[in-house]
Amino acid sequence: MTAIASEPGSTYLTAESTIASWLLTKDHKRIALLFFASVTAFFFVGGFAAALIRLNLIEPAGTLLGPDLYNRMFTMHGIVMVWFFLIPSIPATLGNFLVPLMIGARDLAFPRLNLASWYVFNISGILALYFIIAGGNDTGWTFYAPYSTLFSNGHVIAAAVAVFVNGFSTIMTALNFVVTIHRLRAPGMTWFRLPLFIWGIYATSVVMLLATPVLAMTLLLIALEHGFGIGIFDPALGGDPLLFQHMFWFYSHPAVYIMILPAMGVASELIPCFARRPVFGYRGMAYAVMAIAIIGFFVWGHHMFTAGISLFSGIVFSFMSFVVAVPSAIKVFNWTATLHRGRISFDAPMLYALSFVGLFTIGGLTGLNLATLPIDIHVTDTYFVIAHFHYIMVGGTVSAFFGGLHYWWPKITGRLYPEMWARAAAILTFLGFNVTFFPQFILGYLGMPRRYYAYPPEFQVWNVLSSAGASILAIAYVMPLVYLGWSLLRGKQASANPWHATGLEWRTSSPPPEHNFPRTPVVTDAPYRYNPEDGSYVTQDGAANG
Amino acid sequence: MASIRPEAQYATLEQQTETAQLGMWAFLATEVLFFGALIFGYYIYRIAYTDQFILAGHDAKLVLGSINTALLLTSSVTMVAAIELIKRNEARRAATALYLTALLGIAFLGVKGYEYLQDYYDHTVPVLDFVLKPHQQPPVELFWLFYFVATGLHALHLTIGIVAVLILAAHTRSGRYSAAYHSPIEVLGLYWSFVDVVWLFLFAAIYPIGRAG
Amino acid sequence: MAWLPFWPRDASTTAATVDAIAVSEFILIGLVLLLVFGMMFTFVIKYRQGSKADRSHLVRKTWWFEIGWTSATLLAFLVLFAFGARAYLFLYQPPKADLELYVVGKQWMWKVQYPGGQREIDSLHLPLGKTVRVLLGSEDVIHSFYIPAFRVKHDVVPGTYETFWFKPTELGSFRLECSEFCGTGHANMIGTVHVLTPADYTRWLSSQNAGQTLAQQGEALFRRYGCSGCHSARSTIHAPLLEGVYGSYVHLADGRTVFADERYIRDCILLPASQRVAGYPPVMPSFTGQIPEDGLMKLIAYVQSIGAAKETP
Repeated sequence: MTAIASEPGSTYLTAESTIASWLLTKDHKRIALLFFASVTAFFFVGGFAAALIRLNLIEPAGTLLGPDLYNRMFTMHGIVMVWFFLIPSIPATLGNFLVPLMIGARDLAFPRLNLASWYVFNISGILALYFIIAGGNDTGWTFYAPYSTLFSNGHVIAAAVAVFVNGFSTIMTALNFVVTIHRLRAPGMTWFRLPLFIWGIYATSVVMLLATPVLAMTLLLIALEHGFGIGIFDPALGGDPLLFQHMFWFYSHPAVYIMILPAMGVASELIPCFARRPVFGYRGMAYAVMAIAIIGFFVWGHHMFTAGISLFSGIVFSFMSFVVAVPSAIKVFNWTATLHRGRISFDAPMLYALSFVGLFTIGGLTGLNLATLPIDIHVTDTYFVIAHFHYIMVGGTVSAFFGGLHYWWPKITGRLYPEMWARAAAILTFLGFNVTFFPQFILGYLGMPRRYYAYPPEFQVWNVLSSAGASILAIAYVMPLVYLGWSLLRGKQASANPWHATGLEWRTSSPPPEHNFPRTPVVTDAPYRYNPEDGSYVTQDGAANG
Repeated sequence: MASIRPEAQYATLEQQTETAQLGMWAFLATEVLFFGALIFGYYIYRIAYTDQFILAGHDAKLVLGSINTALLLTSSVTMVAAIELIKRNEARRAATALYLTALLGIAFLGVKGYEYLQDYYDHTVPVLDFVLKPHQQPPVELFWLFYFVATGLHALHLTIGIVAVLILAAHTRSGRYSAAYHSPIEVLGLYWSFVDVVWLFLFAAIYPIGRAG
Repeated sequence: MAWLPFWPRDASTTAATVDAIAVSEFILIGLVLLLVFGMMFTFVIKYRQGSKADRSHLVRKTWWFEIGWTSATLLAFLVLFAFGARAYLFLYQPPKADLELYVVGKQWMWKVQYPGGQREIDSLHLPLGKTVRVLLGSEDVIHSFYIPAFRVKHDVVPGTYETFWFKPTELGSFRLECSEFCGTGHANMIGTVHVLTPADYTRWLSSQNAGQTLAQQGEALFRRYGCSGCHSARSTIHAPLLEGVYGSYVHLADGRTVFADERYIRDCILLPASQRVAGYPPVMPSFTGQIPEDGLMKLIAYVQSIGAAKETP
C-alpha cells in the first residue's frame, strides 16, 4: 500500500463550518476539540488559584490572602484541577480523538452520548464557576465531614453538586470507551494487538465506571446533610465521620489511578516511536495497567492511617499499597528497557515522555514512604504528601498530556508545531517542576502541615524556593499556548505520518476525514513494529515504511 | 416497513444491537455501585444500632411495601411479555404490554406517595416534624434518612423508566419496532429489571427488620 | 539525626524508629533512582539517533527479565512493608503509661487537662523519659494532633475518643500543630510542647492553680448531672454500679461483650441505647448536647478512678 499523503479534500475540520455543526456535532474528533477548549480553560482557572497560593506562601504570615481566602483558594485549586482538568484531560481530549482511529473505527459506539457528556461537563463547569464566583468553598477537595456538613459556611452544596454532575460526564465518556473498545475494533485488531494507549484508556474507563458512582452517592449525602441538617455523618445522631472518609476514599483512591493510567498509555505510545523499537514486554505492560486498575480499589484506607482505623486495617491497607506499586514499577522498568538498543531522537514529545518517566518514578517511590505505616504517621497531612501527588499528577500526567498533545498535534490540526520552542518548553517544565515541588518533600518531613495559609518562619526558605519554581513552571505552561496557537495559523502543513509511526491513526490524512478512514483498515500486525537497526517500520495494517 | 440501517460506525444492525445491550449493562454496573454505596452505609449503621433500627422498623409500612413489591414484580412480567410479543411481530399487543408496565409503575408511585404521606403523619420524616417515640434514640432518625434517600432515588429511577416505557409504547404502537428491530425495547427491559431488583434489595433491607421470629 | 542537614529534631522514642526506617527508605530510593536514571541516561546517549552502537538482537523473550525484576521488586516491597508493619505494631500498641493526659481539640485550640486538674491551652508540659498516654476528643470537627519532633500524629474525631502514646527523650520546646483542615483558624492551632526534667515537671504541676483533681471534678459533675441518682447503691432505679467497670468486660443486652474503655463510657453517656447492659432496663436518657467534651473527659477520669484501671487492649 502506498503512503497516504495529506489530501486536499475535506477533513473533519473543514467538512462543515457553521457553529451549529460544531455545537451539535457527533464527530468524536470535534468533540475532542470541544473538550480540549473546556479543560484548557479550567487548567488556567486552577492554575490561577495555584499562583495565588504560592504567592501567599512566600512570606510566613500569609497576609496576601489571609486564612479564609486562602482556604477557598486551595479548595478551588483541588476541585478544579482534579475534576475539571486532570480526570478529563487525556481521556476526553486525546482519548476521544484517538480511540476510534487507533482501533480502526469510524466513531465511538454512542456519538450522541459523547456530545452529551461535553454538555454535562459544561453544566458542571458552570456550577463550579458559580460556587467559585459566589464566594467559594473552603472544605478542601476532600469535603471531610463534619466540617463540610455542619460547620463550613462556604458554598458546600454548590461545590458538591458541581462535582456530582461532573461525575455523570465522566461516566458517560467511560461507558462509551469501554463499549467501543469491546465492540468496534477493526478486523484483525485483537486485544493483544491494541496500542497500549487503548489499554490505558480501557483500564481508566473501567475504574471510572465503578468508582464514580460511589463518589456521587457520598456527595449526595454530604449535600443533604449540609442542606437539610439530616445527619448521616453527624456524631450527635450516632453518625460516623469515618464512614464519610471510607466512602470518599473508596472513590478517590481509584480516582488517582484514573488520572495516571491514561498518561501511562501516552508514554507507552511515545517511547517506542521515538526510540524506534518495539515496547519492551507488551503483554506485561497491558497486564500491568489492568492490575493497577483492579488492585487500586483495595488500598483506600492508606489515606486514613491516622484517622482512627484499627491496627489490623492499617496493616492490611499498607500491604495492599505496596502490592499496587509493583505493576507501576514493572512499567518503569519496561519503559527504560525500551530505550535499550533503540535509535533515540529528542523531539519534544520524547522529552515530555522521558520527563514523565523520571518524575513519575520519583513520585511513585515516595509513595512507598507513604505506604510504610510509621513514616506515614509522621508525614501524612503534610507537604510530603502534596509533593508526592504533584510529582505524579503534574510531573506525571500533565507532562504526558503535553507530550501527547505535541505528538498528535499534526494529526489533530494538520500542522507542525515549532520544534525548538517545544523542546525549550519541555525542558523548562522539567526544571521548573522540580524547583517547585522537591522542596516540599523537605517541608513535609520537617513537619509543615497541609492547608496552612501561614507557617512557622523556619520554613520560609523552602517555601520561597517552591514559589520561585512555580513562576518558572507558569512560563513553561503558557509557552505551548502561544506557539501551538501560532502553529494553527503559520505552522507547516503536516503529512499523514510525520513521525513515521505504526498506529492506525497515522494511516489516514492529517487531519483525518470526517469518518476517519476511506475504507475500514484490516489489522495484520502488532503495534510498535519499529526496527532500530535500520530505522524501518511496519504499520498495524501491514504497510512497510508507511 | 422501511428497513432500518445501522449507524455509520456500525457494520451491521446486529453489531449495533449487541453494542446497545453492552452499553446498558455497563450503565447498570454504575447503578449497582451507586445504590450499593448507599445500602452499604445503611448496613454499617444497622449493625451498629440494631436495637434502634428494629424500633424504627416498627413504623415501616410492611403492607404497603409488599403491595409495591407485587406491583413491580408484575410489571417485570408485562415488560418481558412485551419483548416476547415484539419478537413475534405483534406490535399492538406489545404496545399494550408496555402500557400495562407503565401503569403498574405509576401505581407503584401512587402507593409510595400514599406511604410517604402516612410516614409524615407518623412523624417519621427527618427534618419535617420528626419525633422520637418512647425508647427511641437518635439512630432511629438514621434509619428513616436511609429509607427516604433510598426509596426516593429508586422512585426517581422508576419515574425515568416509566417515561421511557410510555415513549417506547407509543413508538411501538405506531409501528416503529418489529421482530427485525426492537433493540430499544430490550435495552429498556434490562433497565426495568434492574429497577425491580433494586427494589427487592431495598424491600429486604427496610421492611422485614425486627419482624422475623 | 542532628548531623543531617535539613532534618527535623527527633525528641521521642518513636522518632528514632521512624527516622531509621525513613532514612533507610530514602537511601534505597536514591539507589533505585540512580539505577533507573543511570540506565535511562546511558541508553539515550549510547543509542541516540546517529550513534554507531549495536542495535541488533533485541531481546525477544522479555518474560525472563520481567519475572526477574517483578520478583525482586515484590520482594523488596514486602521487606519494606514488614519492617514498617513491625515498627508500627510496636509503636502503636500502648505500653503501660506513666501519665495520662486529656486533650480536647476544638476550633481553634487544644485544651489540655492533667489528672491533677491542671489545665492548659495550646501547651503541654511533659516529664522527660516518661510514657505519656493521651486521650483525644473533639468538640466540633476533625482535627489532628501532631508533634513533628516526636513523629506522632493522630486525628481527633468528634463522637469518639482516640488514644495514642509517646515517650519524650529530649528536653526542650517542640511545636504542636493541627494537621487536619478544620476551618479558618486551622493554621493557628499551633501550640508548644515543653519537655522538662521530672523534678521541673512536678514543680510546674504544683505551680498551677489546679484546685480539684480531674477525677474530683468529674465526681462533682457525676452528681450535678444526676448520674448518682441512678448509679448508686441507694438508688431505687436498677442501674449498673460503676465501681470496677472501667477496664473490665461488660455483657451487653444484644449479646456482645465489650471492653469498657473511654469510648465505651462516652457512648454510654451519649447513646445509652446502643450500649444497654444485659439485665438492665432501657431507661437511661441520652446526654447528647448537654455535656461539653472537657466535661465528658472529667467524668471519664472519675469513672477511671473508681474502675479496674487497666490499659486498653
